[in-house]
Amino acid sequence: MKLTGAEVVMNILLEHGVDTVFGYPGGTALFLYDELYKYSDKIKHVLTAHEQGAAHAADGYARATGKTGVAFATSGPGATNLVTGIATAYLDSIPTVFITANVGKSLIGRDAFQEICITGVTFPITKHSYFVNKPEDLVDAMRNAFRIANEGRKGPVLVDITKDVTNALVDYEPAQPLPLTNPVDSELEEKLDRFAETLSTAKRPVMLIGGGVISSNASNEVYSLVKKLDYPVVSTLMGLGGIPEDDPRYFGMLGMHGSFAANKCVNEADVLLVLGARFSDRVALKPTSFAPKAKIIQIDIDKSEINKNVEVEDYIIGDIKAVISRLLPKIEQQNYVRWIKRIAEWDEEKSKKFKNAYQKMNPQEIIEHLCDASDKETIFVTDVGQHQMWAAQYVKQTNPRNFLSSGGLGTMGFGYGAAIGAQLGNPSKRVIHLTGDGSFHMNLNEACTAVSQNLPIITVIFNNTVLGMVYQWQTSFYDKRYSQTTPERKTNFVKLIEAFGGTGFRVENMEELKEAYQKALKIDGPVWIDCDVSAEDRVLPMIPNGNSIDGMLFE
Amino acid sequence: MKREVVSVYVENKPNVLSRVISLYGRRGFNIESLTVSATNDPTISRVTITFEGDTLTLAQIVSQTEKLEVVKKIMTLNNDTSFFRELLLVKVKADKEIRGNVKEIADIYRAKVIHLEPEYLVLELTGRPEKLDAFLKILKEFEIIDVCRTGISGIEK
Repeated sequence: MKLTGAEVVMNILLEHGVDTVFGYPGGTALFLYDELYKYSDKIKHVLTAHEQGAAHAADGYARATGKTGVAFATSGPGATNLVTGIATAYLDSIPTVFITANVGKSLIGRDAFQEICITGVTFPITKHSYFVNKPEDLVDAMRNAFRIANEGRKGPVLVDITKDVTNALVDYEPAQPLPLTNPVDSELEEKLDRFAETLSTAKRPVMLIGGGVISSNASNEVYSLVKKLDYPVVSTLMGLGGIPEDDPRYFGMLGMHGSFAANKCVNEADVLLVLGARFSDRVALKPTSFAPKAKIIQIDIDKSEINKNVEVEDYIIGDIKAVISRLLPKIEQQNYVRWIKRIAEWDEEKSKKFKNAYQKMNPQEIIEHLCDASDKETIFVTDVGQHQMWAAQYVKQTNPRNFLSSGGLGTMGFGYGAAIGAQLGNPSKRVIHLTGDGSFHMNLNEACTAVSQNLPIITVIFNNTVLGMVYQWQTSFYDKRYSQTTPERKTNFVKLIEAFGGTGFRVENMEELKEAYQKALKIDGPVWIDCDVSAEDRVLPMIPNGNSIDGMLFE
Repeated sequence: MKREVVSVYVENKPNVLSRVISLYGRRGFNIESLTVSATNDPTISRVTITFEGDTLTLAQIVSQTEKLEVVKKIMTLNNDTSFFRELLLVKVKADKEIRGNVKEIADIYRAKVIHLEPEYLVLELTGRPEKLDAFLKILKEFEIIDVCRTGISGIEK
């Protein structure tokens, strides 16, 4: 049958089960938005304040649900405003499809109004992109975009469609989504035997889980392996929630702001099993002496992650869930009770318990209270900076996809958009957005979206009046020369959210916080809780760049 | 460090080369030469890339390149199992006094004189890249005005 290009876009979204999209209209996107209007009973379009918010919302939606996040934007500035959001999704391997309209074919290359070559701009931050300027190319481009976003290592795909194609008649026949082919290691069987042998003969083994565990939906399989191997487990930021964190074998986050016990056990390990983690510079702070005593063995879906930052002794290429399912029957029940006890002692010895709050609210205590006072299904979304690291250290997760944070790109301003996406993808779950006054100022305009969608997202602002993480580095390493980190802003967050049409509380002690939080849980719509925390509070422990555990700072 | 040659089969579509170049630029892979050519299949082009690096760098280049959607197949070519050829054009300053000397060397390498002017001549040589390197080294005793090399083409035996 013949449909217009814009109708084809809608139909292919529906083929892939897309019922929620985010975006912002504009001149070249008019045909697409005209169809979104006609398809509004099947596809809910969420209008954001800014395209960056739409990109983060699509990303947060994908992180929280495991489905593909979709965002629309118009040409030119609409498309370029997506860029930080696309890069955020790329660095954290989040399956997303970004659909942009471009100027009509006859205007391409003439510096037309709002013309930009967005495929060129996004080469380095997409898995692939399509520039569709011929009607006959549209169907393949759209279907392949969903395939590529979800196949192998996941990530963003951009489809840029010229305005004339959105209005041209296109041949369309409904079809099933294209099959996904994940890489399978050519020597899988031998390698599984080798892995089983190495894993069964270790003396001081450790398992490191990364974002790949969550992306592969492998939590159950990985946790079965943990129970069978009886290995202590540490996690990267992206792996948080990959296994239940209340398990006694779990010792928290590894790396720059990871726990002493996590870093110490990796330092002492003789075997390190790495699942879906990529040895970033925030984890392997000194790649040449990372896990120096360990035979490192790695399972990853992306071959280019083998020997990229840290050399490994053995590896299996493949989807974590598929590989672990094959590995499990080859593993006998093991017992590392003494080794785990020793790590638990390190945990006691240098516990991450906070000390003082500089006469203000203790950020760590705020997070502990929020966890205690919320149900286990609560989704925590962070921005980037000190509050993010405190959240990574203190939020206790028992389920995957409930801790959303911009890991690789470290995007300040990620949180509110992502929280909106997470909430729309999970209407029955509670979404808590943790942010700092620095990060929040970047994209708090999305409050209008939370209000117009009537989303009960609770935003907790760790307001220390400074750009805390940079301020902390200036305190520690730049002799307290606070260059541009003390902005002297006078923002009244309570009045501001009220002006947007939401509810706000300012709290200066834990009693006030507890009371405000209880009220917030009952309010039908967005709530901001502005918490008074000290500028002097630091994220600890910390291993500075290029150091090993011996250089860990505790105060 | 040794010279490595990688042959990449890519879809013959707009922007394919930009994607490959963009990848090497941002990953900091240092490319010595890169050639693109048609194959017997009109939908597929062949990109031949030469660079200097160690084994780990080679593995990274191959596995990162493989991830590009437009890449259909990639293989590393080596001297034992492949043929390599390159074309060289070189403009050498040579008046009638030394023209004979230049011609003598050109003959040894079986280079052709493709153009002659009173003050200079232009030589053409096709062969293995090492042969071109050696020829240029010998020509250094004369004044070389300009050099153009096509980059390596390679094919498996």
